[in-house]
Amino acid sequence: MLTLALYITLTLVSAALILNLYRLAVGPDLPDRVLALDTMYINSIALIVLLGLWLNTKTYFESALLIAMLGFISTVAVCKYILRGDIIE
Amino acid sequence: MAWIVEALASLLLIAGGVFLFIGSLGMAHLKDFYMRLHGPTKATTLGIGFMLIASMLYFWSYEGVPDVQEVLITLFLFITAPVSAHLLAKTGLHLQLKHIDVTEGKPVELRPEEVGERPVPHPDKGHG
Repeated sequence: MLTLALYITLTLVSAALILNLYRLAVGPDLPDRVLALDTMYINSIALIVLLGLWLNTKTYFESALLIAMLGFISTVAVCKYILRGDIIE
Repeated sequence: MAWIVEALASLLLIAGGVFLFIGSLGMAHLKDFYMRLHGPTKATTLGIGFMLIASMLYFWSYEGVPDVQEVLITLFLFITAPVSAHLLAKTGLHLQLKHIDVTEGKPVELRPEEVGERPVPHPDKGHG
């Protein structure tokens, strides 16, 4: 039962990543691309969680935590750069 | 007992996947930036919360001890998602991105005297 659920969820998350990649490629403005990257890192955290369930191990959750922190910080840094022209004033 | 936990984890996993897909679909499909911001900030955050709860349930029943790592990821994502959405909305307003014509309401604009295009009225005139 869990294997079938993993198949379905992996398909959905991969389709979501492809949609994010589309928005990253054609996004007309800069904030659209930043938003696409922001959503992509959340989807990659979901993929890592699914990999942990698939392989029955908890080793990869620390990398999920690292990706969450670095993704948030990079989003904030790019937004501050666009808003103020500088990251740390 | 174990199959109840497995069924619940499967249900939460599929719900999380559906929410993640709906969030990304909204971001790919909607028409302007301010509408596109809604999908990832709400649906995707809820989806990743569902998925981490499913993982936490499964490993709790598998190993017998609860773990705080998934709770930590969930808490961190739920705290940071509104902050990054607020910063992205501010960036969009700063760059004056176009919105579709039927949008009701406008962003708060500065009055002409606040940007220096008109002299500030004297407080004694018109207020007494």
